[in-house]
Amino acid sequence: MKMRLNRRDFIKSSAVATVAAVAGISLPKEVQAAAETAEENWKWDKAVCRFCGTGCGIMIATQNDRIVAVKGDPAAPVNRGLNCIKGYFNAKIMYGADRLTTPLMRVDEAGNFSKTGKFKPISWKKAFDEMEFQIKKTLKEIGPTGIGVFGSGQYTVQEGYAAVKLIKAGFRSNNLDPNARHCMASAVAGFMQTFGIDEPSGCYDDIELTDTVVTWGANMAEMHPILWSRVADRKLTDSENVKVVNLTTFANRTSDLSDIEIVFKPNTDLAIWNFLAHEIVYNHPEVIDKDFIEKNIVFATGFADIGYGMRTPDHPKFTEKEKETVKNEVSKKISADEAVTLGYLGLKEGDSMEMKHRDAAGKHWIIGFEDFKKALEPYTLEFTAKVSKGDPNETLEDYKAKLQALSDLYTEKKRKIVSFWTMGMNQHTRGTWVNEQSYMVHFLLGKQAVPGSGAFSLTGQPSACGTAREVGTFSHRLPADMVVDNPKHREISEKIWKLPAGTLNPKQGSHIMQLHRDIEDGKIKFAWVQVCNPYQDTANANHWIKAARLTDNFIVVSDAYPGISAKVADLVLPSAMIYEKWGAYGNAERRTQHWKQQVTPVGDSMPDVWQIVELSKRFKLREVWGSQPVAGVEGGLPSVLENLNEFGYNPNNTLYDVLFANEYASSFKIPDPISEGNLNTESIGDKRNILGSDGQTWKGYGFFIQKYLWEEYRKFGEGHGHDYADFDTYHKVRGLKWPVVNGKETHWRFNSKYDPYARKENNGQFAFYGKAMKELPVGNLQTPDPNAPKQKLTNKAKIFFRPYMEPPEMPDKDYPLWLSTGRVLEHWHSGTMTMRVPELYRAVPEALCYMHPKDAEKFGIKQGDKIWVESRRGKVRAHVETRGRNRVPQGLIYVPWFDEKVFINKVVLDATCPISKQTDYKKCAVKIYKV
Amino acid sequence: MTSSEKAMATRRDVLKKLFTGAGYISVGGIAWGGLLKDAKSNPLILRPPGALAEDDFIKACIKCGLCVEACPYDTLKLAPAEDAVAVGTPYFKAREIPCYMCPDVPCVPPCPSGALDMKLLIKDSETEPSINNATMGLAVLNKETCVAFWGIQCDACYRACPLLNEAISIVTTRNERTGKHAYLIPDVNADYCTGCGLCEHACITEIPAIKVFPRDMVMGQNGSHYVKGWDKADESRMNDLKKQETKYDNSAALDYLNNSDDLFEDEE
Repeated sequence: MKMRLNRRDFIKSSAVATVAAVAGISLPKEVQAAAETAEENWKWDKAVCRFCGTGCGIMIATQNDRIVAVKGDPAAPVNRGLNCIKGYFNAKIMYGADRLTTPLMRVDEAGNFSKTGKFKPISWKKAFDEMEFQIKKTLKEIGPTGIGVFGSGQYTVQEGYAAVKLIKAGFRSNNLDPNARHCMASAVAGFMQTFGIDEPSGCYDDIELTDTVVTWGANMAEMHPILWSRVADRKLTDSENVKVVNLTTFANRTSDLSDIEIVFKPNTDLAIWNFLAHEIVYNHPEVIDKDFIEKNIVFATGFADIGYGMRTPDHPKFTEKEKETVKNEVSKKISADEAVTLGYLGLKEGDSMEMKHRDAAGKHWIIGFEDFKKALEPYTLEFTAKVSKGDPNETLEDYKAKLQALSDLYTEKKRKIVSFWTMGMNQHTRGTWVNEQSYMVHFLLGKQAVPGSGAFSLTGQPSACGTAREVGTFSHRLPADMVVDNPKHREISEKIWKLPAGTLNPKQGSHIMQLHRDIEDGKIKFAWVQVCNPYQDTANANHWIKAARLTDNFIVVSDAYPGISAKVADLVLPSAMIYEKWGAYGNAERRTQHWKQQVTPVGDSMPDVWQIVELSKRFKLREVWGSQPVAGVEGGLPSVLENLNEFGYNPNNTLYDVLFANEYASSFKIPDPISEGNLNTESIGDKRNILGSDGQTWKGYGFFIQKYLWEEYRKFGEGHGHDYADFDTYHKVRGLKWPVVNGKETHWRFNSKYDPYARKENNGQFAFYGKAMKELPVGNLQTPDPNAPKQKLTNKAKIFFRPYMEPPEMPDKDYPLWLSTGRVLEHWHSGTMTMRVPELYRAVPEALCYMHPKDAEKFGIKQGDKIWVESRRGKVRAHVETRGRNRVPQGLIYVPWFDEKVFINKVVLDATCPISKQTDYKKCAVKIYKV
Repeated sequence: MTSSEKAMATRRDVLKKLFTGAGYISVGGIAWGGLLKDAKSNPLILRPPGALAEDDFIKACIKCGLCVEACPYDTLKLAPAEDAVAVGTPYFKAREIPCYMCPDVPCVPPCPSGALDMKLLIKDSETEPSINNATMGLAVLNKETCVAFWGIQCDACYRACPLLNEAISIVTTRNERTGKHAYLIPDVNADYCTGCGLCEHACITEIPAIKVFPRDMVMGQNGSHYVKGWDKADESRMNDLKKQETKYDNSAALDYLNNSDDLFEDEE
């Protein structure tokens, strides 16, 4: 029976639903149903915000197959009905007039692909024909490593999973890496090295439970606005006791609420963390949680001479100017400051540090506490203040007082404290180190993995955690923290994926920076860009744009809007956007949230899952699973065609048959209770009846593919600390924080009180049960002892000593200013979506160059002038802003990267953390002059 | 060319530019003539920085367009006939192009008539003019449509403000509904707001929830008979005290006292 409600009833029942949801009350079915159908003209359904890693829940209203409104979901625990202004405009992001609606290819006059041709509309069939041809050509010429895929932290879980499966299992290439590499690879490496398992121990509830919020290179006020409003609320509840400290290289909006603002010199966060440890170990040993350390911790260190993730200066593509910086990759002159902090390695000022351990950057070993203590000796208040003071107009005494106050907050015995960071610590040529240092301080104090205290890595992208990390769309990873170079992990994956043993490629693929470099070097000839904009978002962009356009290769870009990446592509595929497909995202607090397809995709655009799966139909097993050459793998990859029988496959099966349309997949019938009454373009086709990859009308796979992908994917983590709930559950709840064990989410990991996995270990209050890198050599500060037996670290975490070092490029007389880059609240990443929302465009129509007024005066520049910002790699024009939201110290400028007209990544250095391979977008040297 | 000749020449150029394509080209030269009859002050219009009070400005402005010509952002326009603005006088619409507050204020010095005057940009205690002292208008916030009052994390106006934390600051209050988020509410301070309109321009609502109006339209005024007891500086309002004198007149008191009618109940 259809219930009809008058307006007053409707208001009453939806108010009840909202209140009930907030209070966690479950409603009688009839009332619930009434709330869903009361308005006949539109329908509400739950989804998640498209933008950042906060993971706000939203409700979407659809009418006539179009999204007409959104509202914050009052039942979502993260945001309780609120949004920031990006979230406020979710309803408008899909309807920019220049949405890509059809495949486009560069063609000659005859309509055939031509690298120098102009883009013309083509059919999906022709697009897949050309991709098939180009991939097969590349496989023949180079082998699996000739294929590269730029993935994303904005992939849905299912998209990322389908991509991993096709690229790693199907094509046997590990050259799949996400833009999330640029965003939190250092956090990942920090987690893996410290805990042996990825992702934060705490959750957002720490904000309400803590007394102290310290932001390290995280402008939360602009980048995580909803979380920031929670910090602001916490401050308001007890403004005397609750303290907020902002550590940053320039004053920003996060400083507004801060009790202390510490402006430090780029890269010296390494020294400041060590200062905190020095204070604890030398001046306040009584605050060390000795019992915790004894039971749960070992001390460790690694090599310092690991380079900066750049190529060596002999690379033919470097200009002479670039080589001035790149030479540091192999040999670096030790500065006066480094002579102090690297003294333990016997280095003196003016010495050359030869970068001997570039290939062993992540290697580490156990050291004793006395060694750890000795290494910290240089980081006195006096020295650290001198090295790290970032504002030339602040007195040393004032700055010292702030560092001391910071230390006092950390060491106050009863004080709960959360350290948050984002890109400042992750985009760092020593990003892994500085992540590890945060745990160093929290561990020493016993302030980790407990409610209200912990070092907490915030993520930037909506599914950097959920997809890039958990699914493992990294070039070294498989799902659930497993890695390709571990034979056991490959075996587990081959088993779940029903692959013949030896199918998976054991050699790590190219990380995202390396993908570009490989394209430049002709090692990758087919590249596919998915859910990202790597030609705008990668540092030293001039190289990669030239490589894409001017060399013999084939670049495919799947996107919803035309951006820089589409512009350099050979083939552009129109992609469905977030609410035009089923999906799931995982946020920074391990919360997984699913949504349903709300509307039919625009034009002929199709979901990325479909694009990936359709490609798989073009390859027979005999074409890809025979023996394959792979550089660095002796004898190449073996042929596995001989073992197909045992799985019931034959060489003429396609990758589609085996990877996506297998027996398990077809057990997910459609319709099912969750899909009933909902759109599902991939599974059942849609009203458009578009002509698909075979030229025939697209009618769907005939099974519930998104549910299948989820259910298969979650097998990887089940029982291994990465448990998820089943597909259906997520369509009823507002997300759950994994591990989800017996239907219950986990708030604080490694703490037996809250984490069933920790409890299971029977190891006392804590168990750091992560399994990776838990067998270590023993050594001293300089080197591991090859003769000492390795030690097993069951249930233990590590405190690392890491020294302060300078970045590879610093201001000098030719390039006298630091350049830091980042985001603004109004725009998301490269702006392809938000720059098309008229209101957001109007609010911030262009990226400005933020500059100190005294620097402007010094360089003869006025507020509003157009200037060149030039580095050894490239230059861009930008208008100068000496006022406003970011107040940079003298000696540093800040330029956001969202604006393709101010293409700042042409200027930025492509140095990375040698361990995590994450690019340092936060510091390089530039000069400025008037246009 | 003398400066006034130059002014006339430029005025011609500007007029040409302004009217080309709008059907006014036939007006030619400097033919404000008939239109000028309608010239009257408009209380809702934003004038360039350093402008005299509206009535004086209208009288002084010779509609030469030199300020418009000098504006690097095309913020300033000369009022065409159909706008309810004194025709030919410079003005700007903040929602379209706000004033970007150039530190050297290029639009004011070219003014040949004194309608715009750098001296008006000098604060009492200072010697140098500053754009930060401009009084083009004052921003007014409508709390029903400003999404910050809903709890949305916006502050686009605040971040757009060139005098951020002075002209617009953020007031934080608890959101009792969610129990764990704060409202971050923009708050305009008239002592600093110049009326540049960057906030109105940036506002993300369809019709801006923050708008700039001429200061006189927005500002109230306190009498000098009451001074804040907790604020010494407030006494400055007494600096301009006019001589106060009361002319006493007993007749009003007598009239009152001698009329006892109202002491008795009305009889029907």
